[in-house]
Amino acid sequence: MPFGEIISILLEGALVTLKIVALALPLAAVMAFGFGMLRLYAPKPIKYLAIIYIEFFRGTSALIQLYWIYFVLPFFGFSFDAMTAGVVALGLNIGAYGTEVVRGAMASVPKGQYEAAVALNFSSTQRLWRILMPQALVNMIPPFGNLAIELVKATSLVSLITIADLTYRAKALADMTLQVTEIFAVVLVLYFLFAQVLAIGFRVLEKKLSRGLGRGGLGQ
Amino acid sequence: MSQPLIEFQGVEKRFGDTVIFKDFNFSVEDGEIVSIIGPSGSGKSTLLRILMTLEGIEGGVVNVAGEPLWHKRTANGLVPADNKHLHRMRHHLGMVFQHFNLFPHMSVKRNITEAPMRVQGKTKAEAEAIADELLELVGMSDKADMYPNELSGGQKQRVGIARALAMQPSILLLDEITSALDPELVDEVLDVIRNLAKKHSFTMLLVTHEMYFAREISDRVCFFDQGAIVEEGEPEQIFTAPKETRTQAFLNAYMSQ
Amino acid sequence: MNGFDWDWQFTFEVMPTILEAAKVTLLATLLGSCLAIVVGLSFALLRRSGFFLVRSITYWIVEFVRSTPLLVQIFFLYYVMPEFGISMSPLLTGVLALGLHYGAYLSEVFRSGIDGVEKGQWEASRALNLSVFDTYKDIVLPQALRPMIPATGNYIIAMFKETPQLSAITLLEMLQVAKIIGSENFRYLEPFTLVGVLYLLFSLIAAYGIHCVERRFPKEGITLK
Ligand SMILES: Nc1ncnc2c1ncn2[C@@H]1O[C@H](COP(=O)(O)OP(=O)(O)OP(=O)(O)O)[C@@H](O)[C@H]1O
Ligand SMILES: [Mg+2]
Repeated sequence: MPFGEIISILLEGALVTLKIVALALPLAAVMAFGFGMLRLYAPKPIKYLAIIYIEFFRGTSALIQLYWIYFVLPFFGFSFDAMTAGVVALGLNIGAYGTEVVRGAMASVPKGQYEAAVALNFSSTQRLWRILMPQALVNMIPPFGNLAIELVKATSLVSLITIADLTYRAKALADMTLQVTEIFAVVLVLYFLFAQVLAIGFRVLEKKLSRGLGRGGLGQ
Repeated sequence: MSQPLIEFQGVEKRFGDTVIFKDFNFSVEDGEIVSIIGPSGSGKSTLLRILMTLEGIEGGVVNVAGEPLWHKRTANGLVPADNKHLHRMRHHLGMVFQHFNLFPHMSVKRNITEAPMRVQGKTKAEAEAIADELLELVGMSDKADMYPNELSGGQKQRVGIARALAMQPSILLLDEITSALDPELVDEVLDVIRNLAKKHSFTMLLVTHEMYFAREISDRVCFFDQGAIVEEGEPEQIFTAPKETRTQAFLNAYMSQ
Repeated sequence: MNGFDWDWQFTFEVMPTILEAAKVTLLATLLGSCLAIVVGLSFALLRRSGFFLVRSITYWIVEFVRSTPLLVQIFFLYYVMPEFGISMSPLLTGVLALGLHYGAYLSEVFRSGIDGVEKGQWEASRALNLSVFDTYKDIVLPQALRPMIPATGNYIIAMFKETPQLSAITLLEMLQVAKIIGSENFRYLEPFTLVGVLYLLFSLIAAYGIHCVERRFPKEGITLK
């Protein structure tokens, strides 16, 4: 097969991978914030629910979760297409790790900030949203960046439930052609570039926001 | 005799098994400036933090402006205070912290206007008018748009004072507000307090290690040791003729530093 | 809705097969961990090399391995090694991939562990005229060991949880076996749930084990033979 054709097939797969990341990342963020805050501030029974979600998704691997959602849930009457199953599984999985990021970042805001907020008589909601959260957000950026890269890597698992992403196409091409070394080299480099772009993006974001912590930005 | 503005009656305070205060009694009159001195760990900060509602109490009653701070009066006597009650009581109090605790994500001006706007419901214009006046008072008018990270320690603390004053408390709590500062910056902060003491009729409760300052500014000085007031009186008397041996020892140790 | 209720009889029927496969999973983890530690330590030491080129090449290798998917690395080894005349069983291929992937992660743990040893220890070793090898072996590593235990343990647990990816190259580990059972019986609920629970259980036990090792590990470090 001409190399150009291989490349164009792979690039199409890369677009599928990008699409999954673009869908799963917001889901993960929502789960991370939602359950992270429940874990920190919700009353007991709800807090335990959050802990169960977090521990379950962190205690088993993304692939098992993916299979469970894709193969088992249909028996309960919830049928997903492969794409939805992939996005949901990865979003929930990375989101569970994200809750710990949210928790750690909230805990890293100095206690004095909370005390000053009490002394100025802010309500508990104001304390959270106006004082603690804006400061915690800055601390969340680097670990969220790492999680985003983990998400990109984890998208390769959806190839195992027949989604034609980058990994799926690489394997299919490798089975069909003899250019296995070139194919996998290209695929690895594509994933690597994707991760590097994300890493740089998050670093820029962090710079921007933490400068905001000194000058403008978040408080306004 | 009028009722004291602050009154501790038989207060007990514990951290786990460590007893800080036991049957502790203490009062401050309206408009009085009281300095608290004493060795480390004697409970000075804890006293202020109980008043600022940052620490609860295990027994007794604290009255502020004739109302129990940590309790609510009901038909069946006193019950522990709820958030609403604490929120209402905090209107009387303001605190300046040793480590400033300015909000790093807000400009100097925003640090001062945020609470008047969000808590007291003032308009932006009203809050900014107050902030401008206070910044003038603490000599920080030209730094209004800067951020805390860009200020020196002395400047930060002057903003901290302005921020507390913006809520117009009747009682100002000052916990070692100069001890995190470089020596050459101490006076610019103390000058602000000196001016305040002259101009306004605040009730001030200050914990300090600056003995000359306590002597100069206070109506009364209390020497604390192990959660109890060992000796109290006019500053001249405490600093020149302390009666208790523990006070003498403490002041001697301080002088010989 | 035949899949809705949990079928205990079916569960007990498939349990032995899945537990049998657990041996493969554990073996892969064990071998993978050993390899990862060797790889991690080598990378960590190379990152401290005196040659700039060696340091930066190692940095980019580690960065590359860490930011590309394990699954693709598994496929890469599985498809590409035979091209170069190396043929390995799926188990060994998997172990190699796990060892390399997690070795890259561990190298960062080891590096910061070694960096954490006081500078004075190096100076004292130099003063005693110890060779670089002896300094690492007798002075630095024994002290660096304890602080590295928790992070190393966590990565080994992470590796254990990722072993299901080896099913992609036909290794008959737990998940693959469960999938086969599921497709033969048209019942996925019990086998997949069982595998999930087993992973959860093993992870918890391992986490507790690491905690114990860390607690019982002498604070002064140990003397390596
Ligand atoms: N959150 C806490 N938990 C447990 N013990 C505490 C806590 N806060 C204070 N203490 C203890 O209470 C005692 C009194 O503390 P406090 O901070 O009031 O002392 P202080 O007089 O302000 O001392 P310093 O001059 O060092 O500020 C100390 O022994 C301290 O260790
Ligand atoms: Mg104190």
